[in-house]
Amino acid sequence: MLEARELECERGGKALFRHLGFSLAPGETLRVAGPNGSGKTSLLRILCGLLTPTAGEVLWNGASIQSLKEDYARHVLYLGHAPAVKDELTGAENLRVSCVLAGLSPSAEQTREALARFGVPGDKPVRQLSQGQRRRAALARLAVSWQAPVWLLDEPFTALDAAAAELTRTLLGEHAQRGGSVVYSTHQDAGLHDSRVIEL
Amino acid sequence: MVVWRELLVAMRRRSDVATALLFFVIVASLFPLGIGAEPNKLRAIAPGVIWVSALLSSMLSLNRLFAADHADGTLEQMVLGAAPLGVTAAAKALAHWLVSGFPMVAIAPLLALQYDLAPSLYGILALSLLLGTPVLSLIGGIGAALTLGVRGGGVLLALLVLPLYVPVLVMGAGAVEMASAGLGGQGQLLILGAMLIVAAAFAPWATAAALRISSE
Repeated sequence: MLEARELECERGGKALFRHLGFSLAPGETLRVAGPNGSGKTSLLRILCGLLTPTAGEVLWNGASIQSLKEDYARHVLYLGHAPAVKDELTGAENLRVSCVLAGLSPSAEQTREALARFGVPGDKPVRQLSQGQRRRAALARLAVSWQAPVWLLDEPFTALDAAAAELTRTLLGEHAQRGGSVVYSTHQDAGLHDSRVIEL
Repeated sequence: MVVWRELLVAMRRRSDVATALLFFVIVASLFPLGIGAEPNKLRAIAPGVIWVSALLSSMLSLNRLFAADHADGTLEQMVLGAAPLGVTAAAKALAHWLVSGFPMVAIAPLLALQYDLAPSLYGILALSLLLGTPVLSLIGGIGAALTLGVRGGGVLLALLVLPLYVPVLVMGAGAVEMASAGLGGQGQLLILGAMLIVAAAFAPWATAAALRISSE
């Protein structure tokens, strides 16, 4: 169970949000909505522990994530704005590296399957792929990260075509059904109807 | 895994690796051309020049240590990784050394040939670099992490890191000079070894703390 208490975030001397609190039970999906510059990315970065909130704290099963560190990180999949894939490596290598960094060890078969689901060529350096394909290569992690209960996704639907967006929606739905929690941000309604919304 | 990844990336960007090494070779080769081919003078400056070149070349490749990972978002994934960040930072430093430091150790005797250094000193020169260059990678990692995302970070990095390299330079070049004077350079080598142990124990954690700050 992920819980945010009295979160406050200040960037460049301006308060983005104050007294923000919510809790997310297993199986729940939360959409963070709001215009550009309203602090969606900051909130997600606070939730994954990259950013320290100006005030308030984030709790994972009752313990502060600041004190848990790696023990919390193991439970989290965070996908930020940048696709987090290395241009020099192939899709398959990228997926394996990011999984091992996150403490997961998918088999070669699972990696291949995940890339195939997203239609990413596994043997080409990512440099040769288009922007959208890079994004897919990054999102392929969703298909092998079911062991991480908390998914924090920053604008997962940008630069995706309809088919990839649909697949992402399916994966998010499946994860929630398995009892995972998902927090994601979008400007527009992504069509996941059973998700709660917080407006920043 | 991180080491494997780094080496794979370096293999696919061979030009970067080659640039730093060629820089080492060229800087070290400029001195005989500028100073003239007087063997005694060259013999005297050889250890210092080779060490300074190694220092500069190692620093040149520091920029790449975290900057690319920072730009494409993979650094965030490392900060959020399941392994303690200090371990990841140590792996990055090791990979940096394997790509930039170790080849210099191998090339140094060839450069020493240019300076007419006695062949009996090649061993101690290589050994001093073998102990010293990992310290450069470890200390450099702290500087590279601190200057991440800072405008004009390259120059700042040099200002930050070069003074910290001084003890390594003094001991490294000193070991070879002592040996050439017939006094044996064991003392300096032992101190270099001690520096390496201290740096290996503490630098990765300092790098990790710096990375956490710069990824905020």
